[in-house]
Amino acid sequence: MDILNLEGTEDTPKIMLDKGNGIFEISGRSLPEDSAEFYQPVLDWIDEYSKEANASTEFMFKLEYFNTASSKLILDVLSALEDIDGMTIIWYFHEDDEDMEEAGEEFSELVEIPFEFKTY
Amino acid sequence: MKYIFDLHKTMLDNHLILVYEGEFNQEITKSVLAMAERNMDSSGEESSVKRKVFNVMVECLQNVVKHAEEVSNKHAAVFMVGKSDKEYIVISGNSISNENIDGLKGKIDQINALDKDGLKELYKSIIKNTEISDKGGAGLGFVDMARKSGKKLDYEFVELGDGSSFFCLRSSIERL
Repeated sequence: MDILNLEGTEDTPKIMLDKGNGIFEISGRSLPEDSAEFYQPVLDWIDEYSKEANASTEFMFKLEYFNTASSKLILDVLSALEDIDGMTIIWYFHEDDEDMEEAGEEFSELVEIPFEFKTY
Repeated sequence: MKYIFDLHKTMLDNHLILVYEGEFNQEITKSVLAMAERNMDSSGEESSVKRKVFNVMVECLQNVVKHAEEVSNKHAAVFMVGKSDKEYIVISGNSISNENIDGLKGKIDQINALDKDGLKELYKSIIKNTEISDKGGAGLGFVDMARKSGKKLDYEFVELGDGSSFFCLRSSIERL
């Protein structure tokens, strides 16, 4: 399966989705002009991956900031991951960033996937 | 040339550290954010305050970008950041059609009537049911601004007389 690798920019996050090496990561800042357009390749990739997923997947979110339009798309990403067996979300937040911790908790209440919380 | 000094004095009197007037788009949003961030970095602002201010600025700016094209008059839009000893102020002003005033007012009043838990519930119910609009919004901007600032959103509509009004929005973020 193809690797999806997008470099992060000042308004878009770094995306690394690599089934072979078991790396699934969205990190950095997310405030794109068009969040639906930006996340479409991610949703498409997950759709493909769900057909032949690894036995277990640790999907990592390590976001420094995301805007509200991105939060809707992050929920769409999580909803797509929800149907994959063996899925765990690793939600990173900076140790003094309560808002990012709370955002992760809220997402965990909206989908049926186990979340692990880690600080950096 | 006195207006130059007057403008300078108005900025000082209102503790404004940044004023931008004109066209709004994603590139300008990024530049304005970068300037405000540099200002907060150079003054050694607490990272938690910095994050909240950044958050409110993004939602405010992207709101203006999304709605800037709706009314075509000479009053495009303005964005300002103020900073005093106790708080940061994030202000935007943009033209809106008078027929949209009631809807906008209702939305903000609803948000201002809610406490922290109420805002969290509203946020969750919107995010579950919303679709991204053709303008790219999730309908969560004001809720998020209220949550991150922890304060009521101040607003005012200034009648422009051509069927439109200037919508002024002001949020404040406490410094620790």
